[in-house]
Amino acid sequence: MSFPDYFAFFELPRNLLIDLGDLEKRFYALSRQLHPDRFVRKSPEERQYSLDATAYLNDAYRTLRDPIGRAMYLLKLEGFDIGEQGTKDVPPEMLEEMFELNMALEELLESMPEGGVAACVNGPWVQTTDMLAKADADLQTRFAEWDAGHRRETLAEIRGVLNRRKYISNLIAKANVSD
Amino acid sequence: MFQIEFENNDKVVGIDLGTTNSLVACMSLTKPEVIVGADGDKLLPSIVSLMPAGDIIVGNAARQELIDHPDRTIYSVKRLMGRGVGDVREELKLFPFRIADGSESVIHVRLGEKTFTPPEISAFILRQLKKNAEAALGEPITKAVITVPAYFNDAQRQATRDAGRIAGLEVLRLVNEPTAAALAYGLDKRREGIIAVYDLGGGTFDISILKLQEGIFEVLATNGDTHLGGDDIDNRLLRIALEDLQSEWGESGGALSHIGEAVQTLRRDVIRAKESLSFLPVAHIEFEWHGKRYHREITRELFENLIKDIVDRTLGPCRNCMKDAGVTPEQIDEVVLVGGSTRIPMVRSAVEVLFRAKPHTELNPDEVVALGAAVQAGILSGTVENQLLLDVTPLSLGIEIYGGVVSKIIHRNSTIPASASESFTTGVDGQTNVLIHVVQGERELAKDCRSLARFDLKDITPMPAGMARIEVRFLIDANGILNVTARDARTGKEQSVDVTPSHGLTLEQVEAMYQASIDHAEEDLQAAQVAQARVDADAILLAVGKARRNDAYLELADQERNRIEDAIRELQHVYHGADHHLIREKIDLLNVVTHHLAENMMNTAVSSALKGTRI
Repeated sequence: MSFPDYFAFFELPRNLLIDLGDLEKRFYALSRQLHPDRFVRKSPEERQYSLDATAYLNDAYRTLRDPIGRAMYLLKLEGFDIGEQGTKDVPPEMLEEMFELNMALEELLESMPEGGVAACVNGPWVQTTDMLAKADADLQTRFAEWDAGHRRETLAEIRGVLNRRKYISNLIAKANVSD
Repeated sequence: MFQIEFENNDKVVGIDLGTTNSLVACMSLTKPEVIVGADGDKLLPSIVSLMPAGDIIVGNAARQELIDHPDRTIYSVKRLMGRGVGDVREELKLFPFRIADGSESVIHVRLGEKTFTPPEISAFILRQLKKNAEAALGEPITKAVITVPAYFNDAQRQATRDAGRIAGLEVLRLVNEPTAAALAYGLDKRREGIIAVYDLGGGTFDISILKLQEGIFEVLATNGDTHLGGDDIDNRLLRIALEDLQSEWGESGGALSHIGEAVQTLRRDVIRAKESLSFLPVAHIEFEWHGKRYHREITRELFENLIKDIVDRTLGPCRNCMKDAGVTPEQIDEVVLVGGSTRIPMVRSAVEVLFRAKPHTELNPDEVVALGAAVQAGILSGTVENQLLLDVTPLSLGIEIYGGVVSKIIHRNSTIPASASESFTTGVDGQTNVLIHVVQGERELAKDCRSLARFDLKDITPMPAGMARIEVRFLIDANGILNVTARDARTGKEQSVDVTPSHGLTLEQVEAMYQASIDHAEEDLQAAQVAQARVDADAILLAVGKARRNDAYLELADQERNRIEDAIRELQHVYHGADHHLIREKIDLLNVVTHHLAENMMNTAVSSALKGTRI
């Protein structure tokens, strides 16, 4: 079976800023049409189609309603190579910055303050969460930029921010686990 | 033409196959209704007993057998569904399951001299519900929706579907119990908003959070514990009582815990006390054994201390579920309670505190799941319109990669059906097969997750290492059951992959069990027909025996008397055989040859009766 891409499946342009309420409405409407519950009395071929189409619909909805998943999907769709670990095209100065931040966080974790890392009001933890917030804000701006002109350069920039964001969120996840 | 019309109108029933009780329900014109059994009860206790004659009894009738013949009777079999012996070691300490030898791959439970798998035992319960529905609706029932705990894994779901098949039911859908409850509740009230369903049953705990909007019931997240329920509460009380008995009655009291009959009587008595504690501040455990009496007062305070940690164990999954659903307690509009254990006041107040909302109890917590199953049956058969259920998979699906680490491919709380594709290759030159290990669970290492299946991708074209490319598609269907297909990306050749759960039955085994149940039913029927034919033979032989002492018999011609004597001998000859047709044939023959005799006797009787009135 082959289905149109996620955006086309929802009859949406390849935009990165999506109205989630509208997406949900489309998801519900498509579910009503395609769900296996509606095909119980149909032929085996039709039932299989319903199953495949609904699985595809659910995967598409899950991907598009998450901004990060949506951007990653679009990059892939537009032919950008995204490394599994996000290691492609990382500028060396960023690697250095992340490395230092990682060291600082590890030090912080060793002398864990009362209430865990989240209780810190300044220092490397706050620095890291601030960076995440900044990356998210950055993405918002660039998403709007993409939607305005669908320029490939914008996508290349978005890929850069996504890579950076991935590093930051890995650091946060690591700190939260040891929390 | 008529055939198709009829098929389309086939009734689909909804079944709640519970740990403690099971129910069957069906859509009436406007709303779902629970079907009442022949004994007048809506609840069919999930108790199965093998009678010494070989027949199976289920429900209230089997309840007494639990006490009289505990070695031939089983309850709470749901706890064993889809599980391996290693999984149930803890249960075996608390439940009188008698595991038979040869249970390494699939558990076999001993009832008397026979052994059964958990799906076969569940099938006995389903067959009884099917019979009840057929009697009430006046038509054959072959299709059903069956509910399962939301937190059931793939193997447990497959075992439930197998049980349906063995009982001769096409299982159109497995529905999660809390979701079914929401369906019954939402349909009833036509509400919108975020609702939490807290389902504490006999053996399982589920929490689901749903969004109701314009007839769509979208499950946002689910969580739970498949081994937490009212049974655990019963066991706490039982242990106290057994300890008391040991200290009060000494050695004879201590020995009671090894006597199935005594334990089951005591269990019944503690359950009574537990149930009355939901209404009264004090209850009494009263137990009698061979003339000796034991009595213990249980205050609600003591009871609550006893079960506090059990109630607390439900709260963690609730919090995680809210987190996964992305909602705060304030955003939850309503809470619905399901399962008999939610009648316990302590459970109700814990739920109220956690969700900051007074829970709803308008619908009977014992019936609401079956009612919801009937609604889903109505949706599938087209009688309920505009409602649609979007459920999720409770556990993440992953594959084992190097180092025993799990790579998650479908995350928990993904709306189902859900799919994922993965590519696999070879590690050695000329390798022709790749072994894939699928697991279910949230842990990092495969050994800490539930092993779902191991399967071999075979017939790979021999190539240098890393050159082959096999694309494997994992699809969780609307029942929450995994389907796997594989394709060689180079040749395009499709490969079907049979995913038999590590502790499950193969398709062939299920078929064989279904056939055996039919054969067995025929055997049963035949035995019953033979027995009935013998009863009739006894009656005629007795009557003819009496007639032979009558004057009328002596008045018959020799030839006629001989024919009667021959017919008697022939009937006696086939009497002990297993062919009821033959017995009937000889009964008929005897009937015919004694016809004249009977007439004569009647005439004599009438004339003597007439004489009698004259005097």
